[in-house]
Amino acid sequence: MTALAAFYERMFFIRRFEESLLDLFSLGKLVGTTHTYIGQEANAVGVIEHLDPDRDVVFSNHRCHGHYLAFMDDAFGLLCEVMGKAPGVCGGKGGSQHLCKGNFYSNGVLGSIVPVATGIALAEKKKGTGAVSTVFLGDGTLGEGVTYESLNIASLWQLPVLFVVENNYYAQSTPVELGLAGSIAARGAAFGVETAELDTTDVDMIHEAAGRAISRIRETSAPYFLVLNTYRFSPHSKSDDQRDPAEIEERRTRDPLLVAGARLADDERSAIEARCEERLAETVEAAEAAPAAAPRVAA
Amino acid sequence: MSANQPKRCVQVLNEALHEIFASRGDVYLFGEDILDPYGGAFKVTQGLSDGYPDRVFTTPISEASLFGVAAGMALRGQRPILEIMFGDFIALGLDQVVNGISKFREMYDDQVTVPLVVRTPMGGRRGYGPTHSQSLEKLLLGIPNICVVAASECHDLGALLTHAVEDDGPVFFIENKLMYGRMNRRPEDGHIGELAVRESGGPYPALTFSGTDFTEAFATIVTYGGMVPIVLEAVTELILEHEIFCEVVALSQLSPMELDAVYESVGRTGALVTAEEGTLTGGFGAEIAARVQAAAWSDLRAPVQRVAARDGIIPSARSLEDAMLPSVDDVVAAVSALEGVRS
Repeated sequence: MTALAAFYERMFFIRRFEESLLDLFSLGKLVGTTHTYIGQEANAVGVIEHLDPDRDVVFSNHRCHGHYLAFMDDAFGLLCEVMGKAPGVCGGKGGSQHLCKGNFYSNGVLGSIVPVATGIALAEKKKGTGAVSTVFLGDGTLGEGVTYESLNIASLWQLPVLFVVENNYYAQSTPVELGLAGSIAARGAAFGVETAELDTTDVDMIHEAAGRAISRIRETSAPYFLVLNTYRFSPHSKSDDQRDPAEIEERRTRDPLLVAGARLADDERSAIEARCEERLAETVEAAEAAPAAAPRVAA
Repeated sequence: MSANQPKRCVQVLNEALHEIFASRGDVYLFGEDILDPYGGAFKVTQGLSDGYPDRVFTTPISEASLFGVAAGMALRGQRPILEIMFGDFIALGLDQVVNGISKFREMYDDQVTVPLVVRTPMGGRRGYGPTHSQSLEKLLLGIPNICVVAASECHDLGALLTHAVEDDGPVFFIENKLMYGRMNRRPEDGHIGELAVRESGGPYPALTFSGTDFTEAFATIVTYGGMVPIVLEAVTELILEHEIFCEVVALSQLSPMELDAVYESVGRTGALVTAEEGTLTGGFGAEIAARVQAAAWSDLRAPVQRVAARDGIIPSARSLEDAMLPSVDDVVAAVSALEGVRS
């Protein structure tokens, strides 16, 4: 299988996993909340391809399913977690936004995760593991001051942190122009952090740029600030979307699945999609059959 | 002169840190202005940056981030100690405490531990004013899954700090600004001064003081940290001037609250006063009063009395600060109020 076909398979699976979550919600089989990644899949897949789950660390945010699937390849553990089932990665305690497995972590307060990822980078640097600590943030997180404190510290102490800013142009319902002054990329540069900015949904281009960033971090052990301008087609959460449908439709012409899929032969693409559908159906069936998380009985 | 000459508390804490650094390679120190020769605003960390330059980080003024950096270190198997220069500044880091440090272990289903220590001095009586004098530990007391330890001049400070670093969970280690310069007074032959002392077990013990050798007494006063010498002075005054004998329980573990020493003492005395330097409402004393009335109602002959700071700011002028903070007279008055109820 070509690299592109592999990327397509991961992206397609993430897409269908998230769509299934929304379906399960409407069927009343999920409660709580979820923040889907639909439209942004190329970022997770392109960046995480360069990371080693046995060595590197990923810290993600409330919109973490795509990152988790790309890094851990554990759809059953994630689905059970979101569905409140006992085999969930955190036994149902974390739910959608609070995941932990191996070297993957996520947490639900914007900004909060950035210093923790910075501290992880310091620990790994001191241990000499060569790990890169990658933290995924969004344009909304740039409103949190602790992000800048952490950029300063990462640069000052030359820590191997990859800051990935996925700018999807909306903080929940608020458009970026109402929440953010100045330039996003300049925020990294202001702290003396090497910075790159991409305006694409092409997984190959994101993969290439992330490769350069991560190679630089591995060579220098210094942080890197990677801005990926992107778009989410789905609502912030489930049904909270006030955006102009025409804007979303226009963006859908640059759907990362269309961009990558157009480069695959039809039969190859169909085979990948069928494989993903089958795997997803098996995952949903197994998760539905799994027992609910049970409260620990007090001793 | 005995071989174990008493030392000032700041020196005891400093020596403990040196021993911890010498014995463990996974301990790191973060704080503002902690590099030698300055060695930290209160000099607790003196000599560490010269001795262990690779493990001591003088930091930007970024408390909010530093709590998270320490959390990240701890998640990855290190044992960071974070010095917050003034206890008032923990407010800047509370998001990390509430939404990360205290939650990671349980919400990640016990896949991780967060063994970090936050050391910080609390307390007033130095004229530092409203934002550098507070005793804010009560803000931490209701947070599940963290341990709050308060050092006092009568506790084994080195052991307390060593246990905090060896603890597998997050520990807030509350010091006191006036304590630093005072002698670390440990029991000798079961006594500190004229009072008999018993020490409970566990990593963060409670000390119980008695002027009647643990026979009957008039009341129990439970306290901690910088209020310990004030309460002991009040107890001496009550004995000498009023012939009233009280027991004192000086806790070091404030949260999770373990009050066995208090229940035992109240079983002998039948009355309780709580004494803290933080503001009154929703504080240490309120929680203890709630627990003691539920656990020991039949032992109590009077309502629990609370001594605390007034609910307001701590003014800078010493005359105003003195009026704000709980004093020896306030403790004596609270004990006397118990007597009033009885008579």
